[in-house]
Amino acid sequence: MSIFVDDHTQVVYQGLTGSQGRFYGLRNRAYGTQVVAGTNPKKAGTDVEGIPIFATVAEAAAETGATVSCVFIPAPGVAAAVMEAAEAGIELVVVITEGVPAHDEGRFFNELLRSYPGTQLLGPNCPGLISPGKCNIGITPGEIAQPGGPVGIVSRSGTLTYQALGEMTSRNIGQTTCVGIGGDPVPGASFIDCLRRFETDPDTEAVIMIGEIGGSAEEEAAAFIRDEMSTPVVAYIAGITAPTGKKMGHAGAIVSGGKGTAETKIAALEAAGCGVATNPSEIGDRMAEVVAGR
Amino acid sequence: MDLFEYQGKQLFARYGIPVSPGEAVTTVDDAVVAADRIGYPVVVKAQVQVGGRGKAGGIKVAADAAEARQHAGAILGMDIKGHVVATLWVEAASDIAAEYYASFTLDRSAKLHLGMLSARGGIDIEQVATDEPGAIARIHVDPVDGLDDATCRAWIDAAGLDPSATDSLVDILLGLYRAYTEGDADLVEINPLVLLADGKAHALDAKVSLDSNAGFRHPEWLEYEATQVLDERERAARARGLNYIGLTGSVGIIGNGAGLVMSTCDVVNQVGGAPANFLDVGGGAGADVLAASIDVVNDDPQVRAILVNIFGGITKCDEVALGIVEALERVTLASPIVVRLDGTNAAEGRIILEERTSDQLVTKPTMLDAARTAVELAAR
Repeated sequence: MSIFVDDHTQVVYQGLTGSQGRFYGLRNRAYGTQVVAGTNPKKAGTDVEGIPIFATVAEAAAETGATVSCVFIPAPGVAAAVMEAAEAGIELVVVITEGVPAHDEGRFFNELLRSYPGTQLLGPNCPGLISPGKCNIGITPGEIAQPGGPVGIVSRSGTLTYQALGEMTSRNIGQTTCVGIGGDPVPGASFIDCLRRFETDPDTEAVIMIGEIGGSAEEEAAAFIRDEMSTPVVAYIAGITAPTGKKMGHAGAIVSGGKGTAETKIAALEAAGCGVATNPSEIGDRMAEVVAGR
Repeated sequence: MDLFEYQGKQLFARYGIPVSPGEAVTTVDDAVVAADRIGYPVVVKAQVQVGGRGKAGGIKVAADAAEARQHAGAILGMDIKGHVVATLWVEAASDIAAEYYASFTLDRSAKLHLGMLSARGGIDIEQVATDEPGAIARIHVDPVDGLDDATCRAWIDAAGLDPSATDSLVDILLGLYRAYTEGDADLVEINPLVLLADGKAHALDAKVSLDSNAGFRHPEWLEYEATQVLDERERAARARGLNYIGLTGSVGIIGNGAGLVMSTCDVVNQVGGAPANFLDVGGGAGADVLAASIDVVNDDPQVRAILVNIFGGITKCDEVALGIVEALERVTLASPIVVRLDGTNAAEGRIILEERTSDQLVTKPTMLDAARTAVELAAR
């Protein structure tokens, strides 16, 4: 099994006719993903290497049965693209685009929550998700993933997600699904949204969670792991020694109230019973122990 | 991107928030001319993006032209926590009856906007937040709904602000929320938000941090970018479009993706070294970006070894290798380079580098090995 997607998932690419959309859309199709449609109002009726282009997501979904969309639209158009997908009844919207304004993210996240509860957002600014051997949506290099499970991966960082996949595959440990939630201020799917699905997925027997400094998503995930998960979790937090950067005003410090540092995140995860790796190769070593001992 | 106080006040004024009349100047003579025009008494304020300028002597009241000249001369060029004062804001002095606090920022946990309002404004607001969290009235604002008049009135009441000033405070809070949302700010803060002797509310300071992702719809931000204070290394890196933060160690770090670069800094520290910088080439960097990155890191005199750590996704490792080769041909390296390539086209990349391997160019298979080698080389 896998989470969010499987080998039956049909995907429409918003921005398939652009250079990035075309490159990754075709790469995803070559991996085995069912790339059934693209959208571009000016190019409706044409095709990209046999993939039909529709004017709108609604038309694409009606014609092809696509239930998932992948967004490669440039940042200024992302808010409209997400709402278009939600209005078309898309169940999962994966936004790869980086550089989306935080106020746009805040608006469309809450708009979906209120008016389109059946639509799950992933990203923006994320690598997408891959269920090895079944479906790859986004920019993850498929060749570094290994089908078969038993490990699920959820990560806030793109390249560290690849690092984690590489650590598993090089030890001959397969993955069920690997989800990059992205590191933006208002991510669609949270760690908890993914952990909850991994917990109920019968094939996922252990989970790698990769966090970063800033915000409190890792602390919230730690509480969820402690209270609601029996699946073992190995965690890693990047940025233990990173500079805090120029901080202006007091609102940030008041909001975080001591949360958000690598130390508080690591402490919360350890208290929740997670193994916490201190560097990326240790993620692999620790997970190998967990998998061997199950 | 953080704004100076005077830029923040100019932004606030556009949203109808009352601020004192004032002028930004960069010379003592101009400060006196501005003070004469505004009328005494005036306040001469250092423009630096760091807290504690008042305690450092960066804010002074002048009763006449002689005092304005004296204070401007003392404050211009002053070093406040490493920030040298290049600009002054001269404004009319205010007759203050009470000092409040108001701000909007994103609550990442609730995924809603957070407004904070307190009757206990002034320099020690962080202390107030720690000691008496109840003294700060907080509200969440759903970005879909926005902020309305009735919510502001209840909020002002909850914060215990002077009820006779409610009307003028409501206008300020609504204006501040618009400056925050329409202005694409990560943070807007007024501390202190003062009540004047005549009963009117007024922004006596302005802290604004802008979301650089929204620059495409704010052509007016070019003016702010021109006044950003960066160190020489950061300026050179930014001119080449690189995401760079200067640090104090001896291992220059180049990688792709913020998480991987942060992690590389951590591992360098773990094996006993210290990073000289954080440099993220981003996704899909080609040979030219890699060569430019090596230029920037190589020009830093504190760098004793360079560590290039790439996990190719969009980024192709053969392109990275070509960039390293190009840099080696173009510049004289002051330090050895250690390279770790993995992911997309890593095998091709390693073959390109193999032919060039020397004392100055070492390749390692894993991040940990590469970090150890770079730290050893930096210590030599």
